[in-house]
Amino acid sequence: MNSRYEVVIGLEVHVQLTTKTKIFCGCSKDFGQSPNSQTCPVCLGLPGALPVLSRQVVDDAIKAGLATNCQIAPHSIFARKNYFYPDLPKGYQISQFELPICEHGWLDIETEDSGKKRLGITRIHMEEDAGKLTHNDGNSSSVDLNRACTPLLEVVSEPDMRSSDEAIAYLKQLHQIVVYLGICDGNLDEGSFRCDANVSIRPWGQEELGTRAELKNLNSFRFIKQAIEYEVERQIDVIDAGEQVVQETRLFDPDAGVSRSMRGKEEAHDYRYFPDPDLLPLEVSEQWVEEVRQKLPELPAIKKLRYQEQFGLPEYDAGVIVAERALAEYFEALVAKHDNPKICANWVMGEVLSALKDSDLTISECPVTPELLAGILFRISDNTISGKIAKTVFTEVWQSGKTADEVIEAKGLKQVTDTGAIEAIIDEIIAANPNQAAEYRGGKEKMMGYFVGQVMKASKGKANPGMANQLLKKKLAE
Amino acid sequence: MKISQTDVEKVARLSRLSLAPEDLETMRGQMDAVLGYVDKLNELDTEGIEPMAHAVPMANAFREDEVKPSIGVERALQNAPASGDECFTVPKVIE
Repeated sequence: MNSRYEVVIGLEVHVQLTTKTKIFCGCSKDFGQSPNSQTCPVCLGLPGALPVLSRQVVDDAIKAGLATNCQIAPHSIFARKNYFYPDLPKGYQISQFELPICEHGWLDIETEDSGKKRLGITRIHMEEDAGKLTHNDGNSSSVDLNRACTPLLEVVSEPDMRSSDEAIAYLKQLHQIVVYLGICDGNLDEGSFRCDANVSIRPWGQEELGTRAELKNLNSFRFIKQAIEYEVERQIDVIDAGEQVVQETRLFDPDAGVSRSMRGKEEAHDYRYFPDPDLLPLEVSEQWVEEVRQKLPELPAIKKLRYQEQFGLPEYDAGVIVAERALAEYFEALVAKHDNPKICANWVMGEVLSALKDSDLTISECPVTPELLAGILFRISDNTISGKIAKTVFTEVWQSGKTADEVIEAKGLKQVTDTGAIEAIIDEIIAANPNQAAEYRGGKEKMMGYFVGQVMKASKGKANPGMANQLLKKKLAE
Repeated sequence: MKISQTDVEKVARLSRLSLAPEDLETMRGQMDAVLGYVDKLNELDTEGIEPMAHAVPMANAFREDEVKPSIGVERALQNAPASGDECFTVPKVIE
């Protein structure tokens, strides 16, 4: 936090939708096809072609609007945003300008420094993406229009954020929401969730906003944070040097950790928006909005509260589990089988997540299904195995795909609960460690830990730790 | 006279049109006349009337999210002044 300047951040996020087809034509929007193979007169911008809006895109926009507390406009229109660039075949982008489909929303975030805070969402509108430009050696560039006309939602926030942490909290929450809604795959690397940040600073107490710079090319949460922090420092330096911040677009270079001005390209930005005569106005009835509302999944913030109430999970645990929709689904399938939610949560957050991380898998690829994991947890609760042995069983189940019972049987991992057998081990150990036994009897109680360890070791972890403890106490007192 | 020569030059630049100096005055006069004609509409009292984006009283034309065949790379590129590696080729764009 700077003592002299307040930081003001507004964010524009482009969310690429998961529809099968493009926004205004039936071309597939599959990734990785050969260049220009997924094009037609509409997305090539050929004269006389007529764009027709995908109903699914409107549904998705309404979903996003409802999930971010927006008002859904009963009447909205599409506009042409006019500019020339080789990746834009028509010479204009079809977007919404006046009368976007969603307005006046908000998200509640929480950060360490500023606690809970409500951030405004100005608008969400639908638009088409441009094509892809690759620069060749020599004097040419290549244009691939497969991506042209891909459906995007642009989510514009109010300039309500006051630190990079708040910006990241907002972005993470928005990201979580669109992924939960199933309208975006959330892949930042592939550009499915793109962020531009408008950053300015002003002396504390000043009402008027400072001149802002727009940061582009931010494709990871880490880079966004870096880029914002770099920009704040840069603007402070500019002002301290007695100069003025210029309104410009800056491109962040994550390798160098710096941004550079793209001012050359900015000249005369005058998009001359006007209603697109090719597209009819969009009327969204209350009934349509209600139908979409009925289909909304439970959103992460609500789910988190429910986990705390219904399952008695600590806030932290609930937060970790709801972070990803598929993880929450895994957890719920698990608690449907096993009735101790806290143990379920511990295993999901512990063994499951770390094993997934080690093998670079996602939760939907997890070889230990909720059923298999429940099988392991049952054997802990009925004392067949100890929690420690359960971890070995988990690894075996993960690798073999066998059930816990099969693994326990095949490997002979069943816990020893036979008093006689444990006593026999204890007798041997006390006999072999007369000095330690004397120390314990002399009042050094923490030697108990040593003895329990020895018993577990001698039994290859199979002795029931509770019983071992009890029997040791009895034997050492003799 | 509402349209200045500077306005004409700006619109020409935005439209990527290169106008000969002698055309500037002709264009200025024509644009001025067009806007003057449109100005006539401003004489009407439109208080309380919703701006109209479209001339036809229709709304909501949709397509379902169903994939339709594309036209293929060859046909897509058939009118391109230059192409290579299945792409349109354009003069280098300096970032």
